[in-house]
Amino acid sequence: MAEVTMVEAIRAALDEEMQRDPTVVLIGEDIGVYGGAFKATEGLLAKYGWERVIDTPISETGILGAAVGMSYQGLRPVAEMQFIDFIACGFNQMVNFVAKSHYRWGGPVPIVVRGPCGGGVHGGPFHSQNPEMWFVHTPGLKVVYPSTPYDAKGLLKSAIRDNNPVLSLEHKFLYRRVKEELPAEDFTVPLGKLAVRRPGRDLTIATYGATTLASLDAAGELAKEGIEVEVLDLRTLAPLDRQGILESVRKTSKLLVVHEDVRTGGLAGEIAATVNEQAFEDLDGPVLRVTAIDTPVPFSPPLEERFLPQVAGIVRAARELARY
Amino acid sequence: MTLPEMKYPLSRDQLLQLYYYMKLTRELDEQLVRLFRQNKVVGGLYSSIGQEASAVGTAYALEPKDWIAPMIRNVGGLLVKGYRPRDILMQYMARSGSPTGGKDGTSHFGDLKERHVVSPISMLGDLVPVMTGVAMGGRYLGQKVVTMTWIGDGGTSTGAFHEGMNLAASQRAPFVCVVENNQWAYSTPVARQVRLRDLADRARAYGVPGYAVDGNDVVAVYQTTKTAVEQARRGEGPVLVESKTMRMRGHAQHDPAAYVPPAMFEYWKARDPIARYEAWLTEHAVWNKKVKAELDSRIERELKEETAVAEASPLPQPEVAEQGVYCDGCHVIQAQWERPVDEVQPPQASVEAVWTVADFGGSNGQPQAPARAAAAAAGEPPSSASRKFGTDHGKPGGSATLARSKARAKPVPAARRRAPSGRPKGRR
Repeated sequence: MAEVTMVEAIRAALDEEMQRDPTVVLIGEDIGVYGGAFKATEGLLAKYGWERVIDTPISETGILGAAVGMSYQGLRPVAEMQFIDFIACGFNQMVNFVAKSHYRWGGPVPIVVRGPCGGGVHGGPFHSQNPEMWFVHTPGLKVVYPSTPYDAKGLLKSAIRDNNPVLSLEHKFLYRRVKEELPAEDFTVPLGKLAVRRPGRDLTIATYGATTLASLDAAGELAKEGIEVEVLDLRTLAPLDRQGILESVRKTSKLLVVHEDVRTGGLAGEIAATVNEQAFEDLDGPVLRVTAIDTPVPFSPPLEERFLPQVAGIVRAARELARY
Repeated sequence: MTLPEMKYPLSRDQLLQLYYYMKLTRELDEQLVRLFRQNKVVGGLYSSIGQEASAVGTAYALEPKDWIAPMIRNVGGLLVKGYRPRDILMQYMARSGSPTGGKDGTSHFGDLKERHVVSPISMLGDLVPVMTGVAMGGRYLGQKVVTMTWIGDGGTSTGAFHEGMNLAASQRAPFVCVVENNQWAYSTPVARQVRLRDLADRARAYGVPGYAVDGNDVVAVYQTTKTAVEQARRGEGPVLVESKTMRMRGHAQHDPAAYVPPAMFEYWKARDPIARYEAWLTEHAVWNKKVKAELDSRIERELKEETAVAEASPLPQPEVAEQGVYCDGCHVIQAQWERPVDEVQPPQASVEAVWTVADFGGSNGQPQAPARAAAAAAGEPPSSASRKFGTDHGKPGGSATLARSKARAKPVPAARRRAPSGRPKGRR
């Protein structure tokens, strides 16, 4: 069977879920005739028609609001943000309407909001961001961030079938760079469960998204030095698989958290605090972080390279931690 | 009973019901003030006084299957939708028996299954796209429902209002937006917010009908809203109704509204919606003193009972704070299909993924399709098949298809046109 890219896996997930369930509808900018800025919805308008693949004006508040409203009718809308940076234009809908609806008055919002995030493609400050923590910090939302086509498809299917609002962050650098063969039959990946991408005994790297690949590269280099790294791909950021992280840390006694998001207020801080509270006696060294620097995402290639976490930086930090 | 001619006639029972809901709203408001002074209301208290005709007359124009999302001064609309005074009382007193169990207060509650009420949030404007979505969803399911929300004069300055109205218009959503112009956004008068005399004129910006109505005349409010609702239900798209009224109290209980010129209160007091309607009912012999006395004592009795029930409800248990962040199977999510599902499933492969731009460049190549397919090809929702994009503004001379086949003939690999290797195209 042929290998598929991540964006093809996402398109297949949407297609199969729409085929399976007529309450699944798509809404977003340029997702119909054009098939989406990254072609994640290409061909779906021709297959499912205008009622189920809805092109809208440029209006993130409108898209998200309408998705909420349709979900109150028992539909399961999947809203696309053309670039996830633009979710900021619909921020109020996300954090005040969507996230609080079920808690406040028992109005479930079974929507998925998905869109391309992340840097490394020289998109500049407004087409490269990782906004996960705006939403991880908001109770009521679920946040997934896959690093493989299999997970992208399986998590998206789970997200569509979930009764809660799920934000699906899709790293645009990975859209066409990672490929794998997928099972022909229907499968899902459970929300809230991390994956061990590489087992190891000396040190744990907890990461997600594109830095999963960088961390695996780093683990390969470190193995040559005799340092066996366990790489955890968190996959779901909210609710976080704290148990899975703690289990690994109890085995390796050392934790390095790597993410492409900026440092201050990033997920690494929350993970470090959790491990500190619940596995302090298992630790043989400090919890370290490799993250982007605390700046906007710069545009020019050398600047962006300086901004983003690199394999060399992960290797350096892991070596330092391994010495404890 | 001799009534003036009405486009949508109201029976005697209906006319008395309108009075009942308005008067109940007023008395409930007064009751809440008493409870507030007894320190039984938690947090702020927002009065509907002066706006009863606006809330009741608009909601009354809907059918039970239709949807509303109330704002803070639409208690009357909630009563029309079947909520009881105890629900509002317990919301304001933060009791466990309230519709939100103490999680939220005021009119911030709803019911998706039975009453079709969506809870508002405090940020103004967001309900406009949300109720547009409820309308779009209802249309997709074949329900022929209309959705409605209210927004104040102040709320019409928000981006969410504008985005929502524009989206509703572009989708021809069966949605009615009632702009309750109560003259004041907290302390700021309309003239300091908007350079329009009639907020109904905002409708022109979206290409939708806009009506202005005397919001203190409940019959006029009903007639105008009913006209809008029926237009929307017929598939003619959203309608904006401006209801001109007056907030007769401060923004909330703490606010004495000293910024309102006394003469303005006097002007509107003389136009009190309930006193006016009482006179109207008497003038047209819809009721007599006995009927009025019976209704008033019924309201008094009901409110007494409702207050007792509300006050008997305890405050919520602290652990409730930890519950309900996520829906873990506590709600069954089910769409109410009122059209054959096989119209959409299995997928209909007949749609051309091509924009048809009406009146562009002559008639060659325009497919002669049935109305529904033609509308679909123009990207139109099914219930507005008779209207086409651009017919009002385009050049005469028929339509043509902007063929996508050319683009298909020379495909540019998406990967080259966009990320990852190329620079993603910025939109702004």
